Formats: sequence, structure tokens, C-alpha cells
Amino acid sequence: MVAVASREIRDGDLVFVGMRLPILAYAVARNSHAPTARGLFEVGLMRDQPASGFLGTMGDPPNVAGALWATRMSNAMALMARGDVDLGFIGGAEVDRFGNLNTSYVGDPARPQVKLPGSGGGADIAILSRRWVTLMSHERRRLVERVSYVTSPGHGDGTPGWRRGRGLLGGGPVAIITTLAVLRFPEDGGEAFLASVHPGHSVEEVREHTGWELRVAEGAGETPTPTEAELAAIRRFDPEGFWTRGQSA
Amino acid sequence: MAEAVARFVPDGATVAMGAGLEALIPFAAGHELIRQRRRDLELVGPISDALFDQLIGAGCVRRVTAAWLGNVSEGLGHCYRRACEHGVPRSLEVHDHSNFSISLALWAAAWNVPSLPTRTLLGSDIVRTNLDLAEADGLVHVSAVRPDVAIVHAQRADEHGRAHLWGPLGITEEAGLAAERVIVTCEQLVDAGVTLSDPNRILFPETKVVAVVHEPGGAHPSPVQGFFKRDHAFYRDYAQRSRSVEGFEGWLREWVLATPDRTTYLERIDADALRVKQPRPSAPADFGVE
Repeated sequence: MVAVASREIRDGDLVFVGMRLPILAYAVARNSHAPTARGLFEVGLMRDQPASGFLGTMGDPPNVAGALWATRMSNAMALMARGDVDLGFIGGAEVDRFGNLNTSYVGDPARPQVKLPGSGGGADIAILSRRWVTLMSHERRRLVERVSYVTSPGHGDGTPGWRRGRGLLGGGPVAIITTLAVLRFPEDGGEAFLASVHPGHSVEEVREHTGWELRVAEGAGETPTPTEAELAAIRRFDPEGFWTRGQSA
Repeated sequence: MAEAVARFVPDGATVAMGAGLEALIPFAAGHELIRQRRRDLELVGPISDALFDQLIGAGCVRRVTAAWLGNVSEGLGHCYRRACEHGVPRSLEVHDHSNFSISLALWAAAWNVPSLPTRTLLGSDIVRTNLDLAEADGLVHVSAVRPDVAIVHAQRADEHGRAHLWGPLGITEEAGLAAERVIVTCEQLVDAGVTLSDPNRILFPETKVVAVVHEPGGAHPSPVQGFFKRDHAFYRDYAQRSRSVEGFEGWLREWVLATPDRTTYLERIDADALRVKQPRPSAPADFGVE
């Protein structure tokens, strides 16, 4: 999952990095195919090399020491508001077929069954970064037909061009990377389709664990296995397996 | 600390805290609010790792205006969930924001305008459920949020209220400028000669600051650049114990109610293991004049 996520980062990209797996994906990309990428953290940091020490949060001291820029959050948001952020990563509790994320409420917001922590910077990334990716455990309860609450908008109601029509700056989600597969979106928005299945899993298994009738792209094959360089970078930045334990690379 | 909180944070106050997101969270001040049984507070902050969850669980809070509320390395905030889902220990009004929009809400207050327009939150249901946000003319208008008081933990400050903070600042600056008054808690109480040697690093003018509390370790378990690492295990323990009301109450008794002050608190953690021991000073800036 980490190696697959890292391939979304292009060399030279300014990446709005989240915590957990995205930070590791950034580290892998930076040390394999994207040596000039830079990472931006909403707390108010820009980095080139990922921090060498373990991070529990992006505000931990190792992430600050050696930063390219330590500033206030509104300055980091200013870059994104002007369209300077190429790629963002967003986590979520639920994603739907159009890439909308819910990290706020399960059930009626006035009387929720579950109150989730909220947007954080997620909605900002979803609306303002040029393109974004979400990483998620592949379960039916997480990949749902429609989310009941849109914290971070993807492609809205799935109508092509929905984002442009609503005035959203960035292009929206390009992929949902899960523990089983990679789902992608058409160029101008719309519905996610199955692009590739991770080794050891099947199309049937993926569809069974998806909460809508998942369309399969023509020529959908197997997700390429991690390269030696990618594996070496994962081992280097997550030597204890804190973030990757129990997951395929 | 007890005096600053008693004098400047009354029941019903709107309080900005934890504006640094995961770093420099004024836990000691928050725990004092709990000990003094403050009620009906409105909390304002972006993330404020675990502190808001504790204040909610202790029954101090009427409303939260925040972008994210939980335990950053562990996930959900269990007291927050109980308050929103079951009204335990009391019901809670939630004004959801994103990180960007809470910053704008505070800048609007700092600049004394009713609202600021932005492109963020277009297409998000947050605009639908938070009445402090409104969409018009293709933009989202974020109403000003005006804290009565901002509580800020700093690396060092002098007795006149000039505080030096470094590392990422999150929304600390706008929280302080938006607030009626600022309480500073600090690792080091230094001479004015130190703070005035680098006026660029003073975050707020002394005219905003009503109290300075020398409270070393006052941000534990959150990190303080140059002083303390983050205590990940402490957050994990809190997450586990706060899963049930009884577990949370036990935690609260142990770490807040039966702990009279921060000095006693620090004796019960391995503060030395968390202290940053390798200095990495920046080059001094020359403010010389002819």
C-alpha cells in the first residue's frame, strides 16, 4: 500500500503530506523516483528529506529540525489556495463511489450514531490541492455507495465537471488506494473504477468488499509489486514496522 | 497558574487553546480549568491533541469550535464521542471547521471584520451544518470567532508578557490576536534582555498578554521544540483508559483532580527521559545599529 501510494508522487511535486502511511509514502518516493519532491505539513512546515526520527505527529521535534520552512498554518494554506500544491493525501473513515470522504458523522449530525474527529485539513486538501489520493482499508463499511456526510468533497454527485461547476479549485481525487486494490477516476470526475488488484487478491474479492457495483477497467491487471528500492526505503523509514505492520508493502 | 486561570477564565468564557495543533498544547492550564470546575466553556482550536477531549469529559464544555477533535496518534476522542452521541457527561454543541477555516475565523476576529471569504469548504457539508459558515457568490464566508482568552504555551517569556515561540506555529498567532487577552505559560522565565534581543520572535505584543505563568513541562505530553519530546505512550494510555466513563474518571482523578499542581505531576512522569538533550541552536540574528 505504501509503495503503491508513493508512485502517485511525481518528481518535483509539492506534496501536502498527512500522517501515518502518507508520510512513509512520501519518504519512499523521495528516496526512489522523486528525489526533488517537497513535503508540506499543515502545522506549518516544508521539508525535503523526511525526518529521520520516529514521528507520532507532524508537530514532533524531529519533523521541525532540518525543515526548509517553519511557519504558521495559514501560510501553508496560502500555497494550497493558490494552486501550488500538486498532490495531497487524505485519510478517511468512509469514501463513496464518487470519491467523497466522510470524517465527521455517521448518522444524523444533530444526533450522530458515531461522532468522528472531523476534517482537520482534509476538506482543505480535497478542495484546493491539484489532485489527491486517499488510502483506506478495503472494507464494505468503508467503501460505500454514498457517504451520508461529505466532509471532503471528491467528485460530488458524479456528474462530469461537477467540481468545476461548484467552483472547486483542484482536480479532486485521482485514486483510492486500498489494502486490496487501486481504484481510479475518469479524467473529468465521475465514478471510481477498479484499475489494478494487489498480488494475492482477486477481482471478485475486491468487488465483494466494495459497497457498490464496482466497474472494472478494461485491462485491469495486477498492481506491480514493490521494487527493491521501494522496499529498502520502507525498511529504512519504518524499521520497526510501526506503520506498516500487518500490511503488504 | 491557579491565580491566572481564576482571574482571567470565568465560567462561560470562549477559550482558544492548543493552537499549535500537536505541539505546545497548554495541558497544565487545561488541567487547572478542570480542577477549578470551570463550566460552560466554549473551546476554540484546530486540533488540540487530546486536551479538548479531557475538558469535555470533565464536564467543563458547552460548545466546541474546532477542525478536528480526538487523539492524533491514537484516533478517536472517546469523551468527545460520548458527549456528542449520548450527552455524557453533558450534551455538546459542535461548530465544525476545517483547519483553514478556523484560521480564517480567527483572522476575521483579529482584523475586526464580520467574516472572511475563502474557496475552501465549497462543496463540503460542513457549510451546511455549521451556521457560522455561509456560501454566497461562489465563496464561503467564514464568520469571525472571538475568543475571550487565548492560552499559549511558549518556550520562553519575560515577566512583561513577551513570549518567544518557535517551531511550526499552527494558528497560534491569529488565536492570540483575535482574543481579548492572552495567558502565556512558559518553559523558561527569562530577562527582558533575552526576549528583546530578538523582537521578531515575540509572537504577541505585550499589550495583549495579561498573565505569564512559569510552568516548566506545562505542555506534557505534547512536544516542545528544544525542550520536550512527545510522550506517545502517555497518549496511548489516555486513549485506552478513556474508552469507558469509569476508566476516564480514574485517569482524571489520577492525573488531574488528585494532582494539585504541575510540579507534583512532573514528579510522576519520567520527565528526564522526555527532555531534549541534543541542542541544535539557530544562528543569532544581528540587530546591530549604527
